[in-house]
Amino acid sequence: MSQKVLAALTAAFPDAVVRTGSAHDDETAWIKREELLAVATWLRDDPAMAFDAPVFCTCIDWIDWRPVGRPVSEHWSETKPRFTVCYQLRSVAHKHRIRLEVELPEHDPRLPSLADVWPAFNWQERETFDMYGIRFDGHPDLRRIYLYEEFVGYPLRKDYPKEKRQPLVRRDDLPVNPLKAPHARHESDNK
Amino acid sequence: MGLELSTTRLEDAAKWAKQSKLARVPEWGRKFSLFTYPFVTACCGMEFMSVAAPKYDIARFGAEFPRFSPRQSDLLMIVGTITEKQGPALKRVYDQMAEPKWVIAFGVCASTGGFYQNYHAMPGADQVIPVDVYIPGCPPRPEQVLDALMMLMDRIQDGRGHSQLRLKRDQMIASAQSDDGQ
Repeated sequence: MSQKVLAALTAAFPDAVVRTGSAHDDETAWIKREELLAVATWLRDDPAMAFDAPVFCTCIDWIDWRPVGRPVSEHWSETKPRFTVCYQLRSVAHKHRIRLEVELPEHDPRLPSLADVWPAFNWQERETFDMYGIRFDGHPDLRRIYLYEEFVGYPLRKDYPKEKRQPLVRRDDLPVNPLKAPHARHESDNK
Repeated sequence: MGLELSTTRLEDAAKWAKQSKLARVPEWGRKFSLFTYPFVTACCGMEFMSVAAPKYDIARFGAEFPRFSPRQSDLLMIVGTITEKQGPALKRVYDQMAEPKWVIAFGVCASTGGFYQNYHAMPGADQVIPVDVYIPGCPPRPEQVLDALMMLMDRIQDGRGHSQLRLKRDQMIASAQSDDGQ
């Protein structure tokens, strides 16, 4: 459907595009994070592209490649990307769309912010930071958007304990089971 | 219906007068004049509106008048999911209400967290404030709400609400302390 966008993008930035893919009429381009800002600006400003409608920004946690608690093995290494940040773009004028994906390693989850290119990504990137801990360089206001400042960790990461709660207030007359205490620390807190 | 209702209340008053519990006359008045503060956060609000609307008509029990200031209300209805981020706000609303006050947890989310067992949902509003009556259901039927309201009215009449018991306890402690002082 938008194959011509992929072709034009690959022709314009042969070094920035790691690979491309297409599934169910959704064209995807994997971009090097150093080139993301240039690619995004070109997609917005080029009259043949004219991506004027940012749809969403989110992240995928590929921790399944490294089972929780297992040591580093040949299936997983420090260099293997754990996170994929997705930007879905749409052009109302040309009726085409494309998805940009940026792969990020676990120890350095940061990439340039697109909030200045499309202001609608401002809050979306804040949400991605809130839930996954992705750092967006150059973001004008990178704070938590849904959760409270006291929250420790990033709840949509796959290694966040499923039922771990971080209460702000509790009645002081409730019995506390030390095994289920909400403040009990978990190994993943140290990350 | 108006005639039925007045008869019911007269009978109710006669019953309590017959038991000569005159000290509980204020409780008898309170249970028929509950001023609701609807703390509506989620989809249970639709059922709350249904209960308040003429078909089920919570006004039959004297609890028809939602006040949107906690200072003017004595029944806190927690209608919907409470998140951990909302905990301080809920506690503050409860603290601002005038004594004596009662709390109904409306639906499973307000009672236990419901199917939200995760990082953001509070496992029941009673983690933050004392709850008098829990209503199960997702969302509960209006009949369940009316049943819960009648249970709460009985509890108010008996003086067994959380805030009533706390007031009694505080009075006993205060009188014991004043006896010690003398």
